[in-house]
Amino acid sequence: MLEVQGLEVAHGDVRALDGVSLTVGAGEIVALLGPNGAGKSTLLLTIAGLLRPRAGRVTWDGEDLRRVSPHLVVERGLAMVPEGRRLFGSMTVEENLALGAFAPRARAARERSLERVYALFPALRERRRQVVRSLSGGQQQMVAVGRAMMTNPRLLMLDEPSLGIAPRLVDAILDSLVDINRGGVAVFLVEQNVRAALALAHRAYVLEQGRIAAHGPAADLLEDPHVRQAYLGPFGR
Amino acid sequence: MTVLAQQLVLGLLIGSLYGLAAAGLSLVFGVLKVLNVAHGELIMLGGYGAFWAVALLGMDPFAALALVVPAALVLGAVLFLGLFGFVMRADEETRIKNSLLIGFGLALALHALAVQLWTADERSIPTPYGGAVITVAGLSLPVVRLLTLALAFALIGALHLLLAHWRWGQAIRAAAEDWQAALLTGIDVRRAYLLAFAMGTALAGAAGTLVTIGYSISPSIGLEWTLKALIVVVLAGLGSMLGTFTGGLALGVAEAVSAAAFGGPYREVVGLVIFVVVLLVRPRGLFGR
Repeated sequence: MLEVQGLEVAHGDVRALDGVSLTVGAGEIVALLGPNGAGKSTLLLTIAGLLRPRAGRVTWDGEDLRRVSPHLVVERGLAMVPEGRRLFGSMTVEENLALGAFAPRARAARERSLERVYALFPALRERRRQVVRSLSGGQQQMVAVGRAMMTNPRLLMLDEPSLGIAPRLVDAILDSLVDINRGGVAVFLVEQNVRAALALAHRAYVLEQGRIAAHGPAADLLEDPHVRQAYLGPFGR
Repeated sequence: MTVLAQQLVLGLLIGSLYGLAAAGLSLVFGVLKVLNVAHGELIMLGGYGAFWAVALLGMDPFAALALVVPAALVLGAVLFLGLFGFVMRADEETRIKNSLLIGFGLALALHALAVQLWTADERSIPTPYGGAVITVAGLSLPVVRLLTLALAFALIGALHLLLAHWRWGQAIRAAAEDWQAALLTGIDVRRAYLLAFAMGTALAGAAGTLVTIGYSISPSIGLEWTLKALIVVVLAGLGSMLGTFTGGLALGVAEAVSAAAFGGPYREVVGLVIFVVVLLVRPRGLFGR
């Protein structure tokens, strides 16, 4: 479904991605792991169309996305929850969610999507008239996931959804991804919490210094000596 | 005492037009992060548009709004597509610098055009209800200026409702707050920019029409109105159209008070003092988000 081939992206003279290839299939949960600065966010932003690659390509259902404007990438069913949530802070929960259903295809499914989001995060229904800025970090993250789900995606990309959130709510967010996936939406997850991500994902890629250093089924990566040492600590925690 | 009260009332009346003039500038600056220094010239152009509608078509001056506002909307779209749209690709700092250059160029061109078309004379639109005055508690209220205040307030209210409830109004606010996040939710941000600029120009056209009816215009009023609008934007802050309107009223009153207290010439000084003081004390303005 999503196919990335030989992707090279640079920030000025600094090369952020150096020939990255990966795929995400329909209905899959795929995790992307790696240290800070490895290029994980750059990869997601490039797939979403906000950054332009120097070389390589991103294809979606066989279509080259390089010349597609970001808002039309969303319209094709590829949604993203950016790092730091990036909500419209002065607006209410419901206004943020409504903006997720802005594009024509999403608007047609708006009522159904809204019910689905409220079923996923009941706390949001109670706070739907509340200004987003006044919510806790975890609740804001729920709005961010909800807003992306309102676009009615077939693939949901998330950039560090557990960053800066109370541990109790991290589980709620990550559990919601399983529910979302059961609903037929593929998930591509960038996550610092490696153990949790690998427990969730079917497959995973490890990105280091702009290159794919390892990939395979999540269960295999959990046993991989390099992954254990670098991301799970000497005793595998 | 009555003299001061009379000055305050006149200050409020002109202040409503400051508010309307500033609303367009504030919308464009807040959403596109582009400072259109030709905003005053767009007001001037709107004024002459109304002048023509009355002089050539024999329209009622206030009904000229129905012609000027749509025409200004189209002009705004053309200006965005032909000029200001090009700077939107640059980062914010470059964008402001480049938009200043474009704005100054546009201001000069529009000024020259207006001198060619309408000569450098001051003009105003005589209304059938011309000098009618209502007297309340010893204060005389010119009917025409009362109507311009009511219309200015109605236009601001309409704009507020559009931004709050219209689908594209919400998209414009989203793009103003975080354009990348707006793109990621599927909003065509460029189209939101186009709409915001067109609406800003339409507001300038409406302000120009009301200025011509209640007061007078000449080709050289552009800079003066750009400055008034800029002072109000700084005073009120970005993000609330009703706040901007209130800021306009406040500037009108402040001008009236300083003219009464220190003499006529100080009318023009007080705005600049407000400008500096607000930037020092409360940079995001009275109602800024």
